[in-house]
Amino acid sequence: MNWQIALPEIVLALSGMAILLFGVLYRRDASVPCNMLTLGAFLVAAFLVLSTPDGSGYGDLFVVDAFSRFVKILILAGAALALMLSFDYNRHEGIARFEFPVLILFAVVGMMTMVSAANLMTLYLGLELQLISLYVVTAFNRTAIRSSEAALKYFVLGALASGLLLYGISLVYGFAGSTSFAALASALNAPGGASPGLVVGIVFVIAGLVFEVSAVPFHMWTPDVYEGAPTPVTVFIGTAPKVAGMALLLRTLSTPFGHLSLDWRLLIELVSLGSMILGALAAIGQTNFKRLMAYSAIGHMGYTLIGLAAGTEAGLRGALIYLVVYVFMNVGIFAGIIAMRRHGRVFEQISDLAGLARTDPALALAFAVFLFSMAGIPPLAGFFGKLYVFLAAVQAGMWTLAIIGVLTSVVGAYYYIRIVKVMFMDAPAPAIDQRPAMVSFVAAATGLFTVFFVLFSAPIVAAAQAAAQVLFG
Amino acid sequence: MPVGLGHYLAVSAILLVLGVFGIFLNRKNVIIILMSIELILLSVNLNLVAFSASLGDLVGQVFTMFVLTVAAAEAAIGLAIVVVYFRNRGSIEVEDVTMMKG
Repeated sequence: MNWQIALPEIVLALSGMAILLFGVLYRRDASVPCNMLTLGAFLVAAFLVLSTPDGSGYGDLFVVDAFSRFVKILILAGAALALMLSFDYNRHEGIARFEFPVLILFAVVGMMTMVSAANLMTLYLGLELQLISLYVVTAFNRTAIRSSEAALKYFVLGALASGLLLYGISLVYGFAGSTSFAALASALNAPGGASPGLVVGIVFVIAGLVFEVSAVPFHMWTPDVYEGAPTPVTVFIGTAPKVAGMALLLRTLSTPFGHLSLDWRLLIELVSLGSMILGALAAIGQTNFKRLMAYSAIGHMGYTLIGLAAGTEAGLRGALIYLVVYVFMNVGIFAGIIAMRRHGRVFEQISDLAGLARTDPALALAFAVFLFSMAGIPPLAGFFGKLYVFLAAVQAGMWTLAIIGVLTSVVGAYYYIRIVKVMFMDAPAPAIDQRPAMVSFVAAATGLFTVFFVLFSAPIVAAAQAAAQVLFG
Repeated sequence: MPVGLGHYLAVSAILLVLGVFGIFLNRKNVIIILMSIELILLSVNLNLVAFSASLGDLVGQVFTMFVLTVAAAEAAIGLAIVVVYFRNRGSIEVEDVTMMKG
């Protein structure tokens, strides 16, 4: 048995426990060393992910391939960036405790397990490890009522969604006779189509997974959790779990249920359409920046799902590229939101940004880059993300999705560009505080990525292509 | 009348529906929501064990063990969050969970 294929997860989980022990035993404030150790553990894990060979093990519960490697690196990058943004914010808010990086780390272990799952059991356990850690970090500002309310809502709806997912898994197990992806794929390949019980099971599984990516019928938690959670947690929830959930959706629907694509394709198409339309329309009236980003995230997940609905290799490649672009844009824009602080107090209303271009031109420029990129203006990264998924949809003959996608992008552009207008044209509000160096660094790094994506996109596209090929191989 | 797979599935489907309705129709207390979540997970366990017995395959029972473990962890976290919420708000009425809307 080749146990080494799970080495990144094992190392990460062990270092999580070691960091927790260190934090308890360390006599002084342990939050800074624990943050650094966690970042180090992410770096080591990323190196191990890249050096682990392809293969499957643990009785076919766990698989490593180009797809899992691609997504794991993206998850680690998103988690590391979110952690870097948390340093100064947590200290300012008085919640700089060493458990924070450890919980983030365990959530990442859960996500990496999800991504490598080759069995419905591994899928469920990884998902729960991730969700339980996320509930706790959402409530991390435990004296703030909004943080605990967000956690309560997240917990109730998350537990409901995982219950539905499990019910679906139990039906799939009963009617197909196995929980292993490989066995399911061959069992479902038989002619005659799926039994009704199996189809009901698959619908439940899709419902549970759609909750993870906050796409339309199960998006209700997103705005409240985004608004209530401490901002670094919002960054984290907005990036890594979305990537992991989407990867899980791509793998589950393409590998074990791939032969039933006629049964689930319409469902994914409707989810995608609903997310794009709701994301575009509901965001228009928002005044809270974090809440607006929640609706924007719902819309972006709709665009990503176009790639899955297209059901082709090009579609999956487009979805993966979109996820890469989305993670960096999202982290960048939240770096700006974390910098929004006046006389030591956080503010989150869009109107508070008025005239930022005159009081802090560099930050206003960074905001403008990210907002234009989210709106899909060429030559920024967001444009290429949309280009690849729309192209795949058109090639697959899904004109409805492509046309609605373009229309909702136009509506989206309205509210993104409205923020740019507030920053550059309105009468200036009082200046914001000096930015912490780490926040400026993250904003600059993600900003450069967003602007120059076009120059170095070739290796990313090639890696996404290789990853998509695995699911179709 | 012999009890077959269908009966187990029917009971488990009824438990699932009770659990889901318990979450959405309950306007009183958050603790009832936690109980409904447990009900959903128990319906899944019943399903898995019934299928496991009828397929003659142990995977379902192993899965049940995992679900039980996770359910315990989830209940612990859920109660902890409810306690934190109660300290801040002074109430766990479902109707009071309305600081954020829109």
